[in-house]
Amino acid sequence: MKISIDNALGVMPHALSLRSQRTSVLANNIANADTPGFKARDIDFRAALQQRTQMVDAQSSAPMRTHPDHLHIADHTSRAELKYRNPLMPALDGNSVDTQLEQAAFAENSTQFLTTLRMLNGRITGLMSAIKGE
Amino acid sequence: MALLNIFDQSGSGMAAQTVRLNAIASNIANAESVAADPADTYRARYPVFQVALQNAIGDQPSSGSADAAQGGVQVPAIIESQKPFNLRYEPDHPYANDDGYVTYPNVSVVEEMANMISASRSFQVNVEVLNTAKSLAERVLSLGQ
Repeated sequence: MKISIDNALGVMPHALSLRSQRTSVLANNIANADTPGFKARDIDFRAALQQRTQMVDAQSSAPMRTHPDHLHIADHTSRAELKYRNPLMPALDGNSVDTQLEQAAFAENSTQFLTTLRMLNGRITGLMSAIKGE
Repeated sequence: MALLNIFDQSGSGMAAQTVRLNAIASNIANAESVAADPADTYRARYPVFQVALQNAIGDQPSSGSADAAQGGVQVPAIIESQKPFNLRYEPDHPYANDDGYVTYPNVSVVEEMANMISASRSFQVNVEVLNTAKSLAERVLSLGQ
C-alpha cells in the first residue's frame, strides 16, 4: 500500500506558502507607504492557489535544474503573480499605498494564515494518531 | 521563507522612518539658527525614500512574481530644501544686513511637526507588522506538536 503524505495534507501546504508570500507582499506595501512613486501590489489568492495546484499535477513533466547556471523554467509558475492595487484616491507623489487598507488586508491575511495552519495541524495530528495506532 | 523576509522589509521601513525622524529633529532644532554669512544658513533636510530592489539582476524569474516585491525601503540621499530663506526684520540683531533683515533657515516648524506625526505613525505600523510576522513564524515552528 502506498501512502502519500502530500495527498493526505491536500491543498493546505500550498495555501500556507501562498499566505506567507502574501504576508510578505503586504508588509512590503506597508513599509513603502511613504516612498514616492511606489505602487501597492497584491496577490490574487484564488487564482494563485488554482495555478499552484494545477502546477503540482504538471510538475512530473517539468525539467529539473541540476546546475545553478541552468535557466529557471519551472519557477515562472511556482511563484504567485503580483497585481497592482487600484488606489481609491491617488496621491500627488505617485504612491498608491493606502495604509489603512493594507493594514486591514494584512490582518485578514494573518487570520487566514492561522486558520490554514490550524487545519494543517489537525491533519498532521490525525496522521500521527493513525501512525501510532493508539 | 517569505515570513522571514518581513523582518528585513519592516526593519528597513523602520530604519528609513528613523532617518526621517532624525532629519525632522535636526530641522526643528535648527529652525532658529542664524549664520554670520547668510549663504551658510541652515537649510531644511529631507530624506529621499526609494524601493530597495533585492537581486534585481540574477535569480529573478520575472518582475511580476511575488519575490520581486521583497525589497523594503532604502534612503539613497538626504536633500537640502531649495526654498527661499525666511527674512525677518530685526535691525538690532548683530547679523542683520544693511536693510535690517536677518536670514533665518527655510524650516517650517508646522510642516515638520506634521511630518513627525506621519513618520511616527508609519514606524508604529511597521512594528505591528513585524510583531504579527514574528508570532506567525512562531506558530509555524510549533506545527505538529
